[in-house]
Order: sequence, then structure tokens, then C-alpha cells
Amino acid sequence: MAERSFAKEVEHLRLGDGDVFRGEAILAITKGLLQAGVSYVGGYQGSPISHLMDVLADAKDILDELGVNFQSSANEATAAAMLSASVMYPLRGAVAWKSTVGTNVASDALANLASGGVTGGALVIIGEDYGEGSSIMQERTHAFAMKSQMWLLDPRPDHACIVNLIARGFELSEASNTPVMLEVRVRTCHMHGSFVCKDNVRPPFTIDDALNAPKRDLSRIVLPPAAYEHEREKIARRLPAAVDFIRTHRLNELFGPAAGKVGIALQGGMYNNVIRALQYLGLSDAYGDTQVPLYVMNVTYPVIDSEIADFSVGKDAILMVEEGQPEYLEQALNTVLRRRDISTRVRGKDVLPMAGDYTIQALARGIQAFLDDHSPALLGNRPPVPDAAPVLADPRVERLRSVVPPRPPGLCTGCPERPIFAAMKLVQQELGEHHVSADIGCHLFSILPPFNIGTTTMGFGLGAASAAAFSKGSGKRSIAVMGDGGFWHNGLTSGIGNAVFNKHDGVFVIVDNFYSSATGGQDILSSRAWNKNRQTNNPISNAVRGVGATWVREIDRTYDVGRMRSVLKEALTTKEEGPKIIIASSECMLNRQRREKPLTAKSIKAGKRVVKERFGVDEDICTGDHACIRLSGCPSLSVKHLDDPLRDDPVAAIDNSCVGCGNCGEVSEAAALCPSFYRAEVIHNPTWWDRAKARLAMALIGFLQQRRARHRIAFEVA
Amino acid sequence: MGDNILKLPLATAGAMTERPISIAIVAMGGQGGGVLSGWIVQLAENAGWVAQSTSVPGVAQRTGATIYYIEMMPPAGGRPPILAQMPTPGDVDVVLASEFMEAGRSILRGIVTPERTTLIASSHRSFAISEKSAPGKGIADSGAVVDAIGVTARQQIVFNMDELATRNGSVISSAMFGALAGSRALPFDRDAYHAVIKQDGKGVAASLKAFDAAFERAAQPAPSADPVPVPSAPGLGVVPSSAADPRVAGLLDLLRTSLPQDAWAMAWAGLRKVVDYQDERYGREYLEILTRLYDIDRQVGGGSRGHDFTVTAAKHVANAMAYDDVIRVADLKTRPGRRSRIVREVGVGSHQVLTTTEFMHPRMEEMAGLLPAGLGRWLKRRNALYAWLDRRVNKGRRVRTYSPVWFLVLHTLGGMRWLRRRSLRHAEEVAHRDAWLGCAGDLVREDYALGVEVLKCRRLVKGYSDTHARGLSKFDTVVAEIRRLAHRDDAADWARRLRETAIKDGEGGDLDGLIRTIRSFC
Repeated sequence: MAERSFAKEVEHLRLGDGDVFRGEAILAITKGLLQAGVSYVGGYQGSPISHLMDVLADAKDILDELGVNFQSSANEATAAAMLSASVMYPLRGAVAWKSTVGTNVASDALANLASGGVTGGALVIIGEDYGEGSSIMQERTHAFAMKSQMWLLDPRPDHACIVNLIARGFELSEASNTPVMLEVRVRTCHMHGSFVCKDNVRPPFTIDDALNAPKRDLSRIVLPPAAYEHEREKIARRLPAAVDFIRTHRLNELFGPAAGKVGIALQGGMYNNVIRALQYLGLSDAYGDTQVPLYVMNVTYPVIDSEIADFSVGKDAILMVEEGQPEYLEQALNTVLRRRDISTRVRGKDVLPMAGDYTIQALARGIQAFLDDHSPALLGNRPPVPDAAPVLADPRVERLRSVVPPRPPGLCTGCPERPIFAAMKLVQQELGEHHVSADIGCHLFSILPPFNIGTTTMGFGLGAASAAAFSKGSGKRSIAVMGDGGFWHNGLTSGIGNAVFNKHDGVFVIVDNFYSSATGGQDILSSRAWNKNRQTNNPISNAVRGVGATWVREIDRTYDVGRMRSVLKEALTTKEEGPKIIIASSECMLNRQRREKPLTAKSIKAGKRVVKERFGVDEDICTGDHACIRLSGCPSLSVKHLDDPLRDDPVAAIDNSCVGCGNCGEVSEAAALCPSFYRAEVIHNPTWWDRAKARLAMALIGFLQQRRARHRIAFEVA
Repeated sequence: MGDNILKLPLATAGAMTERPISIAIVAMGGQGGGVLSGWIVQLAENAGWVAQSTSVPGVAQRTGATIYYIEMMPPAGGRPPILAQMPTPGDVDVVLASEFMEAGRSILRGIVTPERTTLIASSHRSFAISEKSAPGKGIADSGAVVDAIGVTARQQIVFNMDELATRNGSVISSAMFGALAGSRALPFDRDAYHAVIKQDGKGVAASLKAFDAAFERAAQPAPSADPVPVPSAPGLGVVPSSAADPRVAGLLDLLRTSLPQDAWAMAWAGLRKVVDYQDERYGREYLEILTRLYDIDRQVGGGSRGHDFTVTAAKHVANAMAYDDVIRVADLKTRPGRRSRIVREVGVGSHQVLTTTEFMHPRMEEMAGLLPAGLGRWLKRRNALYAWLDRRVNKGRRVRTYSPVWFLVLHTLGGMRWLRRRSLRHAEEVAHRDAWLGCAGDLVREDYALGVEVLKCRRLVKGYSDTHARGLSKFDTVVAEIRRLAHRDDAADWARRLRETAIKDGEGGDLDGLIRTIRSFC
């Protein structure tokens, strides 16, 4: 955001009728919103939907032209509450977040929204972070849709289908007065594909129209007796309206032959991989010509009873392909068929895995087992499905298992959070281990090697709150860590305010790196960069003092490991009551490099004096103990073998990716590790004074060196 | 184009069994896997094909292992193919690995199989945190990956693409794109690849240069000619027959006459180290110590074992004699070769000025070690005075190495070798060395292998300040335990296990646990 430009992506949003969009699906979704005449967009960044937020943040011109109000919401609850603009007014609104974590945060507002219902279309873009590569607990958003009665769209992974469902989603929302969720999985969000665009649409009813002619209707507010009426209305009016709309507009799709002994019902998102699995079984070609009837549920809630019945009648069995658990859809199908006394068997989680990713391998196995039971003839001569098992059983591959090291994510080169945890490790070496509550963000990597610091993580911004039970201990103090992102998301009230109010005696470390870094470097309230569209530069220290904290220490250069250590020590040992709050600030190195690198290169090119720093290791002084690495884990600090028969162990080495952050030197100084680190300062375009100084110094140094060299025994071979 | 599509070599129930070409890129976050995957998609789209890429970057963006997956296929009569979103084990045509252990990981995922897969892997290593942070040796065996590639890949193109890219002023993605083109795994010609790079518009010239170099390299008929660097023991140099410097020649003579030939190479390396550390006389001392140990070795019939005892001693005695003290650090930091090494490593041009800053943290301990032994001991007994002095000395110091004043300080310190022999530290080191070699000499008479193991225990002592102190205490613990179980037949084996556990103690090794285990039966 601040340091990264999405100008190229923004251009995609300008495509007009008939133009072909090529790019990631999450960007296609962004374009789809503008085509659907959205009036306002909000959300909270996080994989896999960060891109949507980033691009819109850079697209102010386009949004202004269309009259769209875009906000980076404080958190998902804020974003969900924003949708209340669609309750009384015919405004189309969309919000986006990472789920299920974001939906958890948003659910209070969502439940209220869904109870009263909406007038304008309300769409929630759900980045379903499930399966491989996910960074969160494995749960389904499906449950939220059911409990609050919001319709859940799960489109086929195809740009055109997704974009179409955005427009249809708004219409569905309006036709049934119900908010709609559009669920896209990680792989789909990051999927490159194409679709034919339409022109962007300026909303016919604007935000100003609403502000200038406010409306209210008591029956839409969640308060008895209206709340009781809402529930009845959901069943009596909104659900039938939705079912009617979905049927009429054929949001769910049928593929393959109309009739057959068996059929497969699947979530839209599973479609591509199911086709591949069928192909392995010889039952489909690469273009989706399947021999097995498919019922693709682009809408997974509500289940359209009549469509299920029509699909099942005349078939011996149907297979429900439904990723994640519990198996809500399979249960729903059984209920539909039992109620109508249709004897078709429903198979699902008995042949497919109950939990985890539905890989193509898992799908092929499940479908094969299903067909074996109900229609073995379809499997024909049973071509072998691709199988790596024989290769994996080879002893040479088996051996590899114990050789290939795990590669967990870690802090970037030069990360300002590294010295914080190095200092914490040093303090713990001195004062013993402490209970450490971690949070969500880059700093959570502290739980992994080499730092191994942190016991629990309870959710974004909840690092401080999750130390609440330890407020009154008389033993060692608890330490809680949270980032600036989490702090503004909710940590100020849930963590710091709570600690002040309850006189918590623990230590609270707030890692302030000037951005919401883990999600891509978006600006937040305390960001230091000037942002023409947002109000930044609001210090965290003001906020914590504002809620009553008194013991507040600010460290404005985290790389000062010695200071970091002494402040931590003071916090853990001071007699003062109440929360001890440490705000450790230094800019995220990734973003800093993005900003500074081009500027530095430009200055050097322009002949300006620039000092570039990086660290190095004197290999003959390093003894190969690697204690420095255990206090760092920096990608640029590695090891290398020396060509010396006397040395067994590889020595530390720093490569050219070093950004000269200073952590190595500070740590070895603070921990009295060893004198092998040095910082090399290279002066580009030196002044005459630089040169003169260097020449004089080197003349003296050269003289001294030569004099000593004369006395040294030379080992040159004769 | 249809002919180029990979066909499932099976008779199936269905009519159409054509499948798309599938490509997986296994990489570490931040290695440019996204750029490469974008290029490959563009390549296919330029040819009128449908291409789809997916990824699951998530938290792996930050240096973790991750995977990008691409499928491509021409449309049939206007109908686009349905492309899968993840690789299926046993069904991947090309795997591109941007690091050698990641190639190993892709094999473990089952996506490299002999029927289908062209594996294009860079042989360079970027060490994982567990490899780097392990005390002592922790680097994974690349040889295991080489073996596994041999039995899993249909075609392999393995060379150091990182080095090639850097040499051509580019990044690894360009080199990998070139290797992909050179592999001929995709039905597109070289110009089509060039067009993609040119379209991208960023650093085109450098990218093309790296691309072409990699293309040529990959297209060579015998790609296995580039051996994967498997770290081996560093080679021992050849012992020269004579030396220019008469002092060296004398030492060399002594070495050849007093030691067995088995030990010459190691003793020569050791000799150079200790003479460089102190002086000629120190070299004689070294050879005398070795000669005494060789006498024992001979008595116990070491000749049949390649004089393992003497060879091992040659290595570890040299390390013990060249202990790390203030004088040595100052000496090494002020040598001319050190500065030229930094100039080379950092890449300092002739129009630039280099300075360096050292991060030193001397303590009174090190200072007292420099003093004559008697004075040093006296001072250490004066607790209050010692603590007062320590408070003055014990702090981090930033030393501007190449400023005249600081250089003079370091140069002077580095020249204080004359002080060393009488210093407290030297007395302590000699006492420790004598005890250690005495123990090894005693035990080698009972059990040859055990004596050798005791010599190797010296490896536990290394580092500075606290690390050094911890090393010494581990050494004491291990040697004491070895003495206790010396009577057992399998003592040498236990000694080795004790030493290896001690090296990793606290970082995956549990020395106390092992000792408890040993004591439970012995």
C-alpha cells in the first residue's frame, strides 16, 4: 500500500465491455464488484483476499469516478457493520475478509444484519483459508451461513462463473432481503485465468441520496418483538424467495448425461478437481465432457430441495463431494430424500475423507470406491490411476525423508522483530523462562526455531487478552506480545484497556513496525507514512496512555538489543503495579527496502555520497558454534564449510542479501558472543575528504602491516 | 499442437484421455516463483493455449517452502479445458526446483515420477534454519537427493542456476526459465520464451543473458556432467619437501624425521597454524608434543591403525594450542589479507571507500588472562577490585578498524605475542592441555579407540566468553564420564555418543539424559 504500487492491477479495473481480463481471480472479483454497481466496499486484509483490498486502496480515481466509497476497515466486525447501509437503502455493498477467522470477528454484526434483512444487495467475499498453505484453524464458513441464514455461494473455479455470481449474488440478496456470502478458496483466489468484461456501472442510488433522504423502519431493528418476527420472516418469506431465484436463474449447474445409475453432487469449488479425478478414471475428457451426471452446487446454502430430488430420482446412488466437516450438505441431502421418500442412497464422507484437503488423489479414490459399489461397469477396464506409491517406497526415496529438513517460515532479512526476540531470549537466559502469550502476525514466527518463544495464540489482537488469567500471579510475570496490526484491530481495548482496568501485573510488548506487515504492508492508524486518503501518524503510546497505562516505555530502534534487553528486564522486575507496556518500534524491513532501495540506487547513479552497510563474519575468528544463528535465524546469516582440515564445523557466513540492519553486531555485543562480526561500510561517491582520510589512514596501516609482515614466518613453498 | 500433448498411455473407458501439460514450481517464499509462474502462463497464452496457475503462498511467503502449479492446454473447438488446481502425485510433467533440498521435498511429495517427470533443479543450497542453528555440523546430505533424483526423474537437468544467474547479473527465475526452454519439455521454441521476457519489460537484457546461458547449459547432451556439490572433508594439502624460509625448512625436517608418514599432512597443517599463531618455537613445541604422543602410539601398535592416535592429535593439539585470545583476534583483524577478503566479498570498487566497524565485548576475564600468571591470579583473588575493573572493561565497544587510532590499538594488541607465554590464560591452557593429553595417553594404552575418542573431545571447547566456558564444562563432564566407563569393551562407542550429544546439548541433544542412561547400566 504505502510502499508498493498496484498501478498495473488498477488498470485492469478500467477494462470495458468485451475486453478480456487476464489475471488472478481475486482481482477478477474486484472488477466484478464494479461491474455490479457496488456503492461501497470495506474489509480487512489477510490471505487470500489482501489483493482485493490493496488494489482498491490504490484505485481511488476509478472509485471516485464511479462514486464508490472504499474503506480499509478497522476489523472485520467494522466491515460487517458497514453493510448496515444496505438495510434501509437500495445500496449495493460488499465487504471481504479471510475466513473463518474474519467471520468469527464479524459474526455479531452479521447476525444482526441477517436478522433484520437488507434492502440493497449485501455481499461478503469470503477468502476460505482451508487446506494446504492455510495459516489458521481448519473450520468451515458454512456453519455461519446456516446459523444466521445467509446464502452461501461456492462458485466453480472459473473467472467468468465467479464474476457472474457476484452480479447474481447481489440480485439474490435483493430478491430475498438476505445478505449473501461468496466463498472462494485460497487456490482459487490466486488462480490465473480470464473472462470477458463488461463496463463498470455507476450505482443508480448513491450514498448521498441515502444521506439526504434518511429512512427508518422499526421493524428492521433487532429488538423484540421485531426480532421474533425476523425469524419467522426468514423461513416464511426470505427462504422461498431465495429458492425461487436460484432455481429460476439456474445458479446451480448440471453437467453430463441427464440420466444414469449414479450421479455426483458437488460444491462448485470442487468442480475442476472432480473433473480431473473423473478423467483419471476414464470418465471425462479434459474439456469437462463427463459420463457421470454432475450436479454442481454453486449455491451451497440454501440447498434446493426440488433440484436434489430431481437429480436423485431414478438413480441408485449419489455421491456428495463436500470438503470440510461436519458434513452439512450430506446431512441435508439425506433429509431431503427421506422426507420425500426417495430411496436413492447418499454416499459421501464414508468414501471420502472426513477432514482435510480434497486433493485429486483423495477424490479419485473416493469416486472409485463409490462407483465400485454402485456402478462398477462405469470403471470399464480400470486404467491405473496415477500413483507415486512405488516411487515413494524406493529405499533411496525413503532415506530422503530423514534428510530433507523442514523449512518453516521465518522473519525476513533485516526484520526489526528479530532483535526483540533475541533480547527476549537473552533475558530468559538470565531470569528464567516466562509464560509468553503470542498473537497473530509476523511476530508469531517467534514460536518457531530458532527463538522458540510463545505458548499460545488466541486470535488476532488477542495476545494481551490471552494473558488475562495471569494478572494476579505472585510468581514470575507473564509476557504478552502483539503487533501494531492486532493492537488497532482490537488489542487496545481487549488487551491493554482490559489489563489497565484489571490491574494486570504482566509485561505487554507491542511490536510496532509501521504497517500491517504480515498481510502485505497496509497502512494502519500508527503508520508513519503520509497517506493522502487516510489519517496516519497516530502513535500507539498516545492510545495506551489514553486508556490509563502509566508504565510505558518506547523503544524507537528495536535493533538496539542491549536497550531492548534492559527495558524488558526492568519491566519484569520493577516494583511498579499495573501493566508494563513496551512499545518497540522500527520499520518493517521489507517495506523499508521497497522504498529505500530505488532511492539509494538513484542517488548513487546521480553521484551523491551514499554509505551502504552490510555485515560480515571473519571466518578465521568464527569457531563454528552457531550461537549467533540461534539468536537470529536471519536468511542472510548462513554457514559455510572452510577448506581447512583442522576445522570440523562449518563457520557462520553472511551473504550479499544482508541489508545491514545491525542485529548480528548488536546481538554478539549484548550476548558477548564473539568478535567475528564486522560491519562493512562502503562509501559510494566519496567526497575528497573521505578519500583523503582513507588514503592517510591506509598509508599508516600499510606501513604497520608491512613492518609486521617482515617478521612473520612465511610458509611459501620453495 | 495436438501431437505435443502428453497422452495417457492407457486404454480407457472414455474416448478423450488427453490431459494438459502440468508444471510444478517448488520454491522458498521470496525466490521469484511467482514471476516464473507468470512467465510460463504467458508463454502458453501467447501460443493461443489456455493456461492456469495457482499457488498457496500464505505464510510461506516469508522464507518457507511453497509450491506454484500450472496447467496448460489448447482449447478444442473454442472450448477451454477444465484445469486442475493442484498437482497430483505421479502426474506432473515438469518440476522446477529453485533449491536443491526443495527438489528433494518435491520427490517426497510424489510429484517426480519416472514415467513422466522432467526435473529441473538448481543444485545450490540455501540452508534451512535447523541446518544452520545446529551446533557443529548440521547440514543435510545433498547426496541423498542426488540418489533419489536418479531413481525418480525421467529426465534431469541439475546445475547451479543461482550462480549462473548471478554471474549474468540476473536472478534465478531467468535461469530456470532458460533451463525449462533448454529441456525441450514444452512444445515452444526459444523465440517464444524470449518474447515473454521482452514482454515483461523489467531487466530484459540481464534476464535474456541468464536465460540464454541456462538454455545452452540445459541443452547440453550430458547434463549430469555438472557434479552436485556434496560437502566432503576438506582435502589435506601436500607436504612440501623443502621451504624457502630456513626456519620453516628446519621445522619441516623435524616433522619428517620425528613423525610417521600417516601424520605428515595433518601435522603440516597444524604446524602452519601454530607457527602463524605464535612463533617458530611454538612450532617446535607442537612437534615435540606430537612426538611424545607418537611414542605412545608406536608402543601400542598404532602402525596397524594408520597411526590414528597421532593423526587425531595433530589436528586437535594444533587447535588447542591456537586458542582464541585477545591477541589473536586483534592480529587477525589487522592483517592485510583480511581487508582484501572483505573488499572481495562485499564487492568494493576502486572508486569507493571501505571502512569497517567491529562489535567487541571484552570482559575483565579476557584482560586478566593477558596479564602475567602471578599478577592475574592475584587480581582474581581481589574480588572487589576485580569487579570494579570488570565494570570499567565489560561493555560493548564499536571499533572503527581502519581509523588510525583504533588500528594502532588493535595492531599493538595483535603484537603482544611476546606476552602470551607468561600469561595467565596460557598457563591455564597448558594445564588443561596436559591433563587432556595425559588422559588420552593413559587410555590409549588400555583401549586404542578410546584414546582417540578422548583426543576428539577437544572439539567441545570452542568459542568465546560464555560459549567457551560452557564448552569447557561440557568437556570436563564428558571426559569424567569417559574415565568412569573406560573399563567397558564398548567404551569408545559410548565416548563418541557422549561427545556428539554434548556438541548438541541444549539444542536437541540431552547430555544429562544420556549420562543417566549410561549410569543405569554401568
